Amino acid sequence: MDTRYEFGGDEYIFVDFDIEMSLEVNFKILSICQAIEHEGVPGVVEVCPGNASYLVHYRPDDIDPHKLIKTLQRFEDEARHIAAISSRLVDIPVLFDDPWTKECAKQFADRHQDPSVTNLEYLMRLNGFSSKREFIQAYSSRPFWISMVGFVPGTAWGYQMVPRERALQAPKYVRPRTDTPERTVSHGGAFMAIYPVRGPGGYQLIGITPVPMYEPEGRLVDLRETRILAKAADRWKVRPVDLDEFNAIRAEVEAGTYRYKIVEQEFRPATYFEDPERYLKRLEEAARA
Amino acid sequence: MIRVLAPGLLTTIQDAGRFGWYHIGMPPSGAMDQFSFRAGNLLVGNQEGAAALETTFLGPDLETDAEVTVAVTGAPLELRLNGSPAPMWVALALKPGDRLRCGQVTAGVRSYICFGGGIEVPELLGSRSTYLLGRFGGIGGRALAANDALAIGAAQRSAAELTGRRLDARLLPAFPEIIELRILMGLCSYRLTEDSVAEFLGSEWQVSTEADRIGYRIHGPGFKFRDREPPFGAGSDPSNVVDVGYPVGSIQVPGGKEGILLMRDAVTGGGYATIGTVVQCDLDRVAQAPPRARLRFRAVTIDDALRLRAQYHARLRALCGSLALFDQAGWLGQ
Repeated sequence: MDTRYEFGGDEYIFVDFDIEMSLEVNFKILSICQAIEHEGVPGVVEVCPGNASYLVHYRPDDIDPHKLIKTLQRFEDEARHIAAISSRLVDIPVLFDDPWTKECAKQFADRHQDPSVTNLEYLMRLNGFSSKREFIQAYSSRPFWISMVGFVPGTAWGYQMVPRERALQAPKYVRPRTDTPERTVSHGGAFMAIYPVRGPGGYQLIGITPVPMYEPEGRLVDLRETRILAKAADRWKVRPVDLDEFNAIRAEVEAGTYRYKIVEQEFRPATYFEDPERYLKRLEEAARA
Repeated sequence: MIRVLAPGLLTTIQDAGRFGWYHIGMPPSGAMDQFSFRAGNLLVGNQEGAAALETTFLGPDLETDAEVTVAVTGAPLELRLNGSPAPMWVALALKPGDRLRCGQVTAGVRSYICFGGGIEVPELLGSRSTYLLGRFGGIGGRALAANDALAIGAAQRSAAELTGRRLDARLLPAFPEIIELRILMGLCSYRLTEDSVAEFLGSEWQVSTEADRIGYRIHGPGFKFRDREPPFGAGSDPSNVVDVGYPVGSIQVPGGKEGILLMRDAVTGGGYATIGTVVQCDLDRVAQAPPRARLRFRAVTIDDALRLRAQYHARLRALCGSLALFDQAGWLGQ
């Protein structure tokens, strides 16, 4: 489809690239957003990447909106030539099938499609897995691409970097829950999301991470600047942990000494599409070195 | 220090807003009715965007231990200074031990209590505004509570200079029976049928009881969607789209029964179709629309929206002119 440039009232421009989710489109959007941020456009307050679109917040007192659309179109034209996106590889420890989210699922069983099984088992069945080990293996073997950040501070949409036919999918709860524990790892549609704060939600619950997504007090060094972990274009690699390691990391977080495992890298979409598996492995090895 | 004797129903510290963090999910927050808020600050000699108190339906009961100038603006409420009626939209001088009591609103929703010097709380990500859902800004990210003490900054002008300052009454906001909102249709309105868009614009809508700083649920004839095969990643409900950013002021249509108009503590994005955006200056009107208030939407173009914005700014400049005239002449000729 042709890109749509739409006015969102007098302070926003909504740029819509596709009605479908795909990594191809999202890579393009993130490279455009990074280019706008890097170059700086007078009058633009910020750009907010979406899954297949982006939103610009601007001051019409400083730039004419019609002119701004022309500028944004120029960035779209030039995006063809952008070879690399800056992307961080982030380690996300996860305790799968934990007691807290299982308890939560039980509490809201009447709102679920199939209360006779756990959310994790439901997700396994829908996606053709017979063993929990295999499912966890699939969830943690390839990273999740953070295609969009938002909703509330720290929420991020993670799209696993696998071919579309291998993407894990799940419907949302029939009726949303009114409660979800903080740091719950969940899956809905084709996306992983981790709940930054306790609250309502409709994604399927599969585990919990010991590391905060949002820290309003800014105690942890790595979250001091923005108070949140997620950044669009991150690659989040899920790592299964046991209860002992979960507790050990919690203790570090509570003490304010926990350091996230984050490695900044340059990500090349073209190289990725040539051989995703090989390229991702190479980036991970480079990160370890 | 200003001591809080009773906090009112929901009173928060707000300023002009926290901008530039929408991309991490952090909404701007800030005063919901920016015009009344700015007018209050101008009355007490502050910069327009100094931090002040925003009340909801029922204001707080406050006591000062120092000399301070105060102005209360926005939704009309019963205001008492040491038990005697006191006027709104006027700079009042408070002495140590004075007690300012803000009662219930008689129209509208939100009033502003602005102190000369502004409220001193730490700036977080460039703003003092309270964002309740994110437990961020203001006093520990929460609403005012009894026994809170508010520090006031150094006043730019003395109480003697400011006392009695008032504004040209013609510049003050009205609280009409039916509230008209100008809207730019678009965003994901392609999901609706043409008839549904026409019905949206041709009907009266009502503010529901679920209306807060995050958003206003509005009830009306509902929405009808165009048929389609759900695109990959969108979700199966006809109102679902692959997740997008939501402008502040945009209206989304989850499920098709009601609309949600996002306000200054907006959720910044999600997977529901948005159908248009109310122009920024009209969000002041929404801020003062109580449950059951009647709304009508009028579609405008971007050029109309820019004209409305210019008129709004001209009204703010006229406030400054009106105050300068008062300072010079001591009255406004009324």
